[in-house]
Amino acid sequence: MNSQILGVVVMFVATLLLAVPLGRYIAKVYSGQRVWTDIIFNPIEKLFFKISRINPAIEMGWKQSLVALLTINLVWFLWVMFCLLNQSWLPMNPDHNPNMTPDLAWNTAISFLVNCNLQDYSGETGVSYFSQVFGLMFLQFVSAGTGMAAAAVVFNALRDRTTDQLGNFYNYFLRSCTRILLPVCILVASIHLFEGTPMTFKGIDTLTSVQGDTMHVSRGPVAAFVAIKHVGTNGGGFFGANSAHPFENPTYLSNIVQMIAQILIPFAMVFAFGFYCNKRRLAWVFWGVMTTGFLILVVPTIIAEVNGNPYLAQMGIAQPGGNMEGKEVRFGAMASAFWSIATTVISTGSVNAMHDSFMPVSGMNMMLGMMINSFYGGVGVGFLNFFIYVILAVFIGGLMVGRTPEFGGKKIEAREMKIAMIIALFHPFLILVGTAVASYLAAHDTNMGWWFADAAGKHNASGWLNNPGHHGFSEMLYQYTSCSANNGSGFEGLADNNPFWNISAGIVLLFSRFLPIIGPVAIAGLIAGKKFIPASSGTLKTDTGTFGLLVFAVKVIIAALAFFPALALGPIAEWMKMH
Amino acid sequence: MYIAEMYIPAKKKKVKTFIIPSLKLTAVLILLCAVIYPLLVVGIAKTVPSGGDGVTVSYKGQVVGYKDIGQKFTDDKYFWSRPSAVDYNASGSGGSNKGPTNQDYLADVQKRIDTFLVHNPGIKKSDIPVELVTASGSGLDPDISFASATVQVPRIARLRNKTEKKLYELIDKIKERPLFGPEKINVLKLNVALNML
Repeated sequence: MNSQILGVVVMFVATLLLAVPLGRYIAKVYSGQRVWTDIIFNPIEKLFFKISRINPAIEMGWKQSLVALLTINLVWFLWVMFCLLNQSWLPMNPDHNPNMTPDLAWNTAISFLVNCNLQDYSGETGVSYFSQVFGLMFLQFVSAGTGMAAAAVVFNALRDRTTDQLGNFYNYFLRSCTRILLPVCILVASIHLFEGTPMTFKGIDTLTSVQGDTMHVSRGPVAAFVAIKHVGTNGGGFFGANSAHPFENPTYLSNIVQMIAQILIPFAMVFAFGFYCNKRRLAWVFWGVMTTGFLILVVPTIIAEVNGNPYLAQMGIAQPGGNMEGKEVRFGAMASAFWSIATTVISTGSVNAMHDSFMPVSGMNMMLGMMINSFYGGVGVGFLNFFIYVILAVFIGGLMVGRTPEFGGKKIEAREMKIAMIIALFHPFLILVGTAVASYLAAHDTNMGWWFADAAGKHNASGWLNNPGHHGFSEMLYQYTSCSANNGSGFEGLADNNPFWNISAGIVLLFSRFLPIIGPVAIAGLIAGKKFIPASSGTLKTDTGTFGLLVFAVKVIIAALAFFPALALGPIAEWMKMH
Repeated sequence: MYIAEMYIPAKKKKVKTFIIPSLKLTAVLILLCAVIYPLLVVGIAKTVPSGGDGVTVSYKGQVVGYKDIGQKFTDDKYFWSRPSAVDYNASGSGGSNKGPTNQDYLADVQKRIDTFLVHNPGIKKSDIPVELVTASGSGLDPDISFASATVQVPRIARLRNKTEKKLYELIDKIKERPLFGPEKINVLKLNVALNML
């Protein structure tokens, strides 16, 4: 047990120690200062820009940055739709996997485009190696780069000056991919190779087991995929079981590496903000708020999982390993519990154990992590979500002490507040409306016709649930929460590969990705254009513990008011039944 | 140049400024992220012992499995693996996804406990470790815990006519104790070693 506690502490501390220097490096990359990777990447980027006819020196306003962002995202969407709908005849398909259905391709392409990586298919049978590498892995890079570039635009806007020139979006984007994501990925992939993760383009291997059974073993270019999957907080697994699969995550060491890889950039982006805008104290306040929230969620989860299932205890067996349903022996209950919260507070959504089989308290904490969605948050976008809460806190704090709301020497006015409120409220709106519709259909056992059929060919809506009662409700709530948070993990018992879930989830994903990018970039752009007022005795100080507490309170109040009733019907009711 | 630009309609200008660069940048990034990067990793893979094809385990000159992929061991003469939701079919993977209060799930666990007691007479219920009656997340878990191995020793000793001491020694030899994380026993390696005993 002690070595497991040590393992969890090591993961967290190592991430922090790596994140501070990485944050400084990221700040240098975005501000165009000299870094050690210049030798390799200066010529490459120069060539890329020359081919693309982009002049990275031309600065853009916030609107232009957004148009550039949305346009290139549309191009990627079309490319990946093409890959998924034609993979059966495209090359690199040794296992002869069929084309995706249009609704599944729609869901998959969007979910990888928006950095969510919800997977309604299984990697072994649902996609070819071509789709994995040229479609999905490509999107894992560029969607992470998009989020980071949007954050870079916001960083630039929050500097102490007045401007409408916020740097070149393409430049931020390409540098995020080449100088930040790519080097870290090569390192992470290499470690995985030595731990035993395959990197091959050979198909299924057939052999005879010790006991004499015929075995089929799926393989593939896993090491490269698993690296960007975590470094870019994407979370989409190469195999169906994601990081629980022993090829995708073969050892406790590879588990540590994946854990560090996924929290690293979300941490580093907060520090990068501090270095870039010269607001280091504020960055630590932000990080402190995020970490407080993370710890509040992770500690009860670890306790619940290590203590195991009271129903199994009643049966009279020994549970020294804790709740092991859906978990792997090589990780143990503690590392899996830690992972489940880390992957949900940041928007990775990869799993090393099946979330559906966790204790009710754990399930609730995972959902809370995604409902708040900015205790660290995904690469780039986590900071953007956090920024929305900061704007709300500045406004509420300003009103409470009777001062003009200001942030970083700029006045926060009605227009910014309106945008922030819309973004903050849209997230619960998407989750709750989606869950309400799905629960209504399931509760009335509606005949869904074309929209849904279970394995037996029945069209009854209740057939998409794998568990009865409160836990079944949690499955639906979790699905829309995961979509709206762009997380991608799931209570995977839910039968989600059908037009109803594929299409509705796809729509939620699109809104929940692009509005929370457009909103903060717009606010930051508007703020950047305002007159800079140097701090005076009348200014509400933001780089203090008091302000941190205020931000935390705003998050908790919004989340509690919006989500408590829904959580009470799902995990809380299940917990009460259990005890 | 300026005159020409004035006569291009606004819409066409947008195409020139955003769509064309997007297409070209996408093409070069596919080259970087989906061709150069994976090839680089394949290159590194060639330097590791398994060559990136997965680490295999052999017995009597035959490849009998992958070290990391669990296999089905249901024969009483072998150490059993954990229950699997996909029946150890490694062309797929996954868990049961049953919730902790699901009555079907609890009935499954009860059934596994009963089966285990039938095949292992003399073992008390409270000696059965939880991982032997719960399905893993991947359905391909290659490992069991130390307790899960030792609880099976009396059965195997009886069926194979070996002393229990010898089997305990074997388990100790196969047991892995990583620096961090739980200790574990690779079932495939253990059973291959058992066959060679």
